[in-house]
Amino acid sequence: MKFLDEYRDPVIAHRILAEIRLTVTRPWVIMEVCGGQTHSIVKHGIDQLLPPEIELVHGPGCPVCVTPIGIIDQAIAIAARPEVIFCSFGDMLRVPGSSEDLFAVKAKGGDVRIVYSPLEALKIARANPDRRVVFFAVGFETTAPGNAMAIIQAEREGVANFSELASHVLVPPALVALLSAPDNRVQGYLAAGHVCAIMGTREYQPIAERFLVPIVATGFEPVDILAGILMVLRQLEEGRHEVENQYQRAVRPDGNPQAKAALAEVFEITDREWRGIGMIPASGLEIRDRYRAFDAAALFPCTSTSSREPEHCISGAVLKGVRKPHDCPAFGLECSPEHPLGATMVSGEGACSAYYRYHRTEGVRS
Amino acid sequence: MTTDSPNFACPLPILQHDRIQLAHGSGGKLSADLINRLFLPRFGNEILNRLDDQAILNPASGRLAFSTDSYVVDPIFFPGGDIGDLAINGTVNDIAMSGARPLWLSAAFIIEEGLPMADLNRVLVSMEKAARAAGVTIVTGDTKVVNRGSCDKLFITTSGIGLIPEGVTMSAASIRSGDCLIISGTFGDHGLAILTCREGLSFETRIASDTAALNGLVENMLGVSQDIHAMRDPTRGGVAATLNEWAKASSIGIVIAEEKLMVKPEVRAACEILGIDPLHAANEGKLLAAVPADKAEEILAAMHRHPLGKQAAIIGQATPNHPSLVVLRTVLGVERIIDMPVGELLPRIC
Repeated sequence: MKFLDEYRDPVIAHRILAEIRLTVTRPWVIMEVCGGQTHSIVKHGIDQLLPPEIELVHGPGCPVCVTPIGIIDQAIAIAARPEVIFCSFGDMLRVPGSSEDLFAVKAKGGDVRIVYSPLEALKIARANPDRRVVFFAVGFETTAPGNAMAIIQAEREGVANFSELASHVLVPPALVALLSAPDNRVQGYLAAGHVCAIMGTREYQPIAERFLVPIVATGFEPVDILAGILMVLRQLEEGRHEVENQYQRAVRPDGNPQAKAALAEVFEITDREWRGIGMIPASGLEIRDRYRAFDAAALFPCTSTSSREPEHCISGAVLKGVRKPHDCPAFGLECSPEHPLGATMVSGEGACSAYYRYHRTEGVRS
Repeated sequence: MTTDSPNFACPLPILQHDRIQLAHGSGGKLSADLINRLFLPRFGNEILNRLDDQAILNPASGRLAFSTDSYVVDPIFFPGGDIGDLAINGTVNDIAMSGARPLWLSAAFIIEEGLPMADLNRVLVSMEKAARAAGVTIVTGDTKVVNRGSCDKLFITTSGIGLIPEGVTMSAASIRSGDCLIISGTFGDHGLAILTCREGLSFETRIASDTAALNGLVENMLGVSQDIHAMRDPTRGGVAATLNEWAKASSIGIVIAEEKLMVKPEVRAACEILGIDPLHAANEGKLLAAVPADKAEEILAAMHRHPLGKQAAIIGQATPNHPSLVVLRTVLGVERIIDMPVGELLPRIC
């Protein structure tokens, strides 16, 4: 398949690996920020192929994982209302709130539907003018422009029964928070290629300069990730700390101007709580007052503040790259994808889920 | 109008309905009409035509395989098939996976009031064709009509009986380390066919379901060797679920080679877009077999001679290492677990 097979080519992958082995002279800790990259790394066994000097730690870039439990509870409350059709990406349905998940709401009679795009939810709103259709708009800079477009279209067409429960998060403020933490071990970053395709790479420049870390915008296939690691490694070995672009087939320095314009039209920056990490200033997007009529958080005010996290789950430390899934006493025992305790086990992009799925037993590692 | 109108005539019940009415399941005149006009012309045979409450069968001596399955697929018509041929092929395959020759089927229909008669007829026509292709007869059946909203269009339950040839014993628990694992072709087709034709998901290339009866292919295989340890059609949960069930039931490890796995380009593309592992996607016309290594080539050659086995390939082996775990050796040369799929993001695919 074009644009896929060449980036999974074992010959090219092993050529880059040989280059990595030649280049590395001492231990380095590199974080892949995005959950999609974590998934790809574990699925293709890239962590097993790297020389022992290179430690990959998994970042907070899984939107399903970092969506705060309070918003999950709010989604559950909205989805349970009889007049509502609640539309969500499939992954969000199994995320545990304080007491239940969206699947449980569906089983009790809530009209919860899995969609693959906010425009599908908009279509459902057009087809059901007597119902109120709410789309669960989560994700990073990648999904925000599409969700913004759905609101712009809804306004243009006068689809008054459509709204979004928005909980968007932004990568650069999270990177700053991780780098500022006293227990930070990470020396170089693979930035998420698709986020950079939207936002460009310029916003990482001040971070690389301030914290003296190399940041490389990287794609998602094995060859992309290995090439990204090699680029970070070369910078680390040479003492450079620059923003580079491995994912040139998709990423421009200025990103995608149309997508950024749609995003800025509908959303504004706000402080946001990250599940497992805590409040990060100016790290989220919320719907502007101008589009309040499409903001489900304003239309369905929720007063509950009693959201609780399970006590012994270490997903916060996993999200920050401080601990590995195997470090958790509950991993694979009381916590599994069927019965997730924390968000990192729920989503396919969560580090715990990726470890569980692809190498929960050390014995299968070659 | 009053009853003393000079033109009054007692109205006759309408028999020519273009949609199913509740009365079609009442056991009265309309039921009989439905059976005589729609069902019998399609399925009629010596046993069914008697319209007794039961079918009387005369099995030869030997062991019987008996299986039942319900079909609730949504939509009822999809690229490559419909709920009718699925209901025949699915039960035929469940029987055939024991090595049995499927002979007789029952078919029970739960129909939602208002279903267009033409749709029901179209389903029955495809059941007739599928039954004929599989060489099975429908010997007993039942029809119920429920209120609109009490079921979705049409649910079908088929049960079937087959005769197991002398000397054939297969079971998920009989796999030995060293056994070769054979798949009869590409996988993931049915699951992605259903998913991509659902509302809101339109792809340029239409993915067709692989629904087909596998008993002919099984006969070819048993024709060259009865020494097949296990056979399964990987339906819901896909190849990954079947391999995991085998690994656990036989307490053996399974290693699959990524480069041997065949997925159609359009299925692979849809899986990439939707974030689905084709190993987890359902099939309705494929089989997996665990066979002794020294018989593998012979059985594979027999499969290649059947239209449904042209692309059959050995994809892996059973091993004494890592019992109960299924492991994929990736093209990059590392090993990772293939797990059971979690959760049901894809309801009503069969």
